Amino acid sequence: MKIHEYQAKQIFAKYGIPLPQGEVASIPEEAKEIAAKISKPVMVKAQVHVGGRGKAGGIKKADDPNEAFEMASQILGMEIKGLTVKKVLVTECKDIASESYIGVIVDRNTKKPVIMVSAAGGIDIEEVAKETPEKIHKLEVNPLLGLQSFQARDLAYKLYSDTKIANQTSPVIMKLYRAFCENDCSLAEINPLITTPEGEVWALDAKINIDDSGLARHREIEEMRDLDAEEQAEVEAREKGLSFVKLNGNIGCIVNGAGLAMATMDLVKRFGAEPANFLDIGGSSNPEKVVNAMNIILRDANVKAILFNIFGGITRCDDVANGIVYAVKQLNPQVPIVVRLTGTNEDKARKILEEVNLTATSSMEEVVKKAIELSGTSQMKMFER
Amino acid sequence: MSILIDRKTKVVVQGITGRDGTFHTRQMLDYGTKIVAGVTPGKGGQKAEGVPVFNSVAEAAEATGANTSVIYVPSKFAVDAIYESADAGLNLVVCISEGIPAVDMLQVYNYLKTTKTRLVGPNTPGLITPGVTKVGIMPGQIHKKGNVGVVSRSGTLTYEVVYHLTLNNIGQSTCLGIGGDQIVGTGFIDVLSLFEQDPQTKAVVLIGEIGGTDEEEAAEFIKKKMTKPVVAFVAGRTAPPGKRMGHAGAIIAGGSGTAAEKIAAFQKAKIKVAESPAQVASLVEAELEKLKAKAKKKAKKKVPLKKVKTKKSKLSKKKAKRRTR
Repeated sequence: MKIHEYQAKQIFAKYGIPLPQGEVASIPEEAKEIAAKISKPVMVKAQVHVGGRGKAGGIKKADDPNEAFEMASQILGMEIKGLTVKKVLVTECKDIASESYIGVIVDRNTKKPVIMVSAAGGIDIEEVAKETPEKIHKLEVNPLLGLQSFQARDLAYKLYSDTKIANQTSPVIMKLYRAFCENDCSLAEINPLITTPEGEVWALDAKINIDDSGLARHREIEEMRDLDAEEQAEVEAREKGLSFVKLNGNIGCIVNGAGLAMATMDLVKRFGAEPANFLDIGGSSNPEKVVNAMNIILRDANVKAILFNIFGGITRCDDVANGIVYAVKQLNPQVPIVVRLTGTNEDKARKILEEVNLTATSSMEEVVKKAIELSGTSQMKMFER
Repeated sequence: MSILIDRKTKVVVQGITGRDGTFHTRQMLDYGTKIVAGVTPGKGGQKAEGVPVFNSVAEAAEATGANTSVIYVPSKFAVDAIYESADAGLNLVVCISEGIPAVDMLQVYNYLKTTKTRLVGPNTPGLITPGVTKVGIMPGQIHKKGNVGVVSRSGTLTYEVVYHLTLNNIGQSTCLGIGGDQIVGTGFIDVLSLFEQDPQTKAVVLIGEIGGTDEEEAAEFIKKKMTKPVVAFVAGRTAPPGKRMGHAGAIIAGGSGTAAEKIAAFQKAKIKVAESPAQVASLVEAELEKLKAKAKKKAKKKVPLKKVKTKKSKLSKKKAKRRTR
């Protein structure tokens, strides 16, 4: 899960990471009040879940409260990469002498937390990693020991030759690492970490991604979720315990298991159409889940056919069939529905489906072809192969 | 032969009195798995599905000689359950539970490296040696005993592929799900090297998906270290970037981890990549045919080698040539 800069800064503040004074505003009046409180020039920063806010005009400087009002009026409501700005962070403006990057990630390759620092901060760090990887210093932390002070010092000395500044930076790295571990982050970064001409160190920006599996033990972070920034159907699906991702095609897919769901989407594409979604109804297959799944998919006007691909194992085909019958009766879908069932209680399931005049195939390829054919979006690619 | 589990595997079920634990204990017993004990703290002395229940894994292992555990406890207790089995000295721990936080798994992974315990999972369907034993949740009846090893990051997609193998009369030596999370105890390379060493396994199916670079590393490993043929399938060609596709590990992050990259890596390593789950079976069949043909050729060539001594030098030249290929 992504959280906004101002929320990441709230977490960092708890760990004593040096942050410029600032608060979040939803209307220009609030921005003005905050700027007056700070009584110094401020930056007004759009709070959206995309990078490149500055380039898009979502970050502006304001010298006084009136200007802050004006800038906030401009930024609030603007669209950045398809997302509407609903909040701005109004934060003290700092003079910048240098910009660095520090970040911690869960590294899948080394199976360790990895800290990355670079004196080439402030710009897209992925770009730096690609173009000039030698400018990024990496440290694998032993997760059983945690980050040691000497390691943080080593990293800080790699960033700054000025020991006074390095000595201020190593505790920031320690604190960032602690924040990362204790909040179940999959990524925590400060970019840029700046120095001022006076030799102070400040975290000017903050970014945190939270590991979804860790959210259960951080209710305060779950509450930070920005529902406006997410696809409405995806929010609803999550509340109903379904794993769902909206796509732009015409073939609605309801599948048990994530891998099989992806393979089903791929097959739709291979046979010449586009999937409308990823949806995994999971292992348990109570009829309610099927109804919810169908309901969410049917609301997408692009959907011209729905296909079920169920490989019964622990999931019982008859349970899913009951759900389909119930959903068809309740929702009266106006698009064709095709069903593939294989495995546990398959025969029972077929009998159940007869009630709503559905016949199930046992082949995945067949059901995908049939769905495309009935959707009327076929480009007949399947017959070429 | 098989990998990791066989006739000698004696299983303790952690969380045996829970809903999932009880259900799958029954399923595993019906398949023929030797389940010698269950563990639910506080319920020691009871029985579940006829299996004696203990308060701790150590107690269960000592009383029954269990060497493998399978975990069905809720995710918030799963890390503790893994450590408990490792502490009891079990060889293999299979963690079915889903939803363990990644920072916890980093610790588990690095701790287990200091022990003799191997972890499969978490978020795995487990593993099965068809006709012998299964430790997990996969439907046993779709499997068939044979010579093809299957390793996968997925559950039902693996069943789909296995179903096609069995339909085409291609049996399996062992099928193992490494789990759908970012950090898992046993990776593709670990399993591939076990299959390479296993005399029963003649060919391997690898089922990957988007996210991470495990498939790329597996491709490199196969190219450099494996003599047995491998057929691959990669799910998620149509997955959009930045979205988690069900599994915690199935996400294209920062533009890397796409299906296209993984497929390209396999192809570069001269590994056949199936276009659909069904096609896996025909590709495996072709590989097995090739092996048969090779074996026949070898057998044929051996005969004149013994009989006609004069042609020996010519033949050994040919032999040398074949080796270099």
